[in-house]
Amino acid sequence: MASRDDIKFLSNPNIGNKRKKYCRFRKYGIKYIDYKDPDFLKQFVNEQGKILPRRITGNSLKYQRRIATAVKRARHLAILPYVTDLLK
Amino acid sequence: MRQYEVTFIVDPVLSGDEAKATVNAYADLLKDAGATIVNIDEMGLRQLAYPINKRNTGVYYCIEFQPKDGSIIDKMELSFRRDERIIRFLAVKLEKYGIKYNEDKRNGKIGKVKKKEEKKSNDSRRSNRRSDSKPKSSAEKKAGA
Repeated sequence: MASRDDIKFLSNPNIGNKRKKYCRFRKYGIKYIDYKDPDFLKQFVNEQGKILPRRITGNSLKYQRRIATAVKRARHLAILPYVTDLLK
Repeated sequence: MRQYEVTFIVDPVLSGDEAKATVNAYADLLKDAGATIVNIDEMGLRQLAYPINKRNTGVYYCIEFQPKDGSIIDKMELSFRRDERIIRFLAVKLEKYGIKYNEDKRNGKIGKVKKKEEKKSNDSRRSNRRSDSKPKSSAEKKAGA
């Protein structure tokens, strides 16, 4: 009989442990979202340029709203595209 | 006093001097109305994310100013709309953090390094303002324990 230490897991044991999502704005104290910074805003849109939902980004409601405004402003100024493929 | 910021795209067909003249014309327009210009930022020639008026590039400018009253905004926007040299514009009121952000950017506190590094440097700088909540160290389960 093998001891407990010898048991190798067949699957990754960390697979079920979900990492807790957090709002990066609250965590790092970012107060202002610049609509002129495409690289930063690209973290919050998917490949087609759609705004990612909160359940994926983990943003708090306040900053999700600000992200949404910033992305929309950037789209108006042709800094981000309205529709596209393969943005990233 | 309220601070506003207007970002606009100038036609890339214009020569450098003409574009400069356009920007200065708007700066003068604002000054004549009693506004103080805080900063004029030339963001340079950029690729547009989608074609506008059959143009694929544009010269971005950003003017920050403090007007005496809000009526100048309407006048300015009207002249932007009538001006054929301007492809697009957007005027926004800056909140207090926005003013601070722009100041820091001008003073070079917000570096354009690399995607990941830039974000971290931003974060460390900004985190002094607010007591940083310690990130939860994800409990690492010992395999086989």
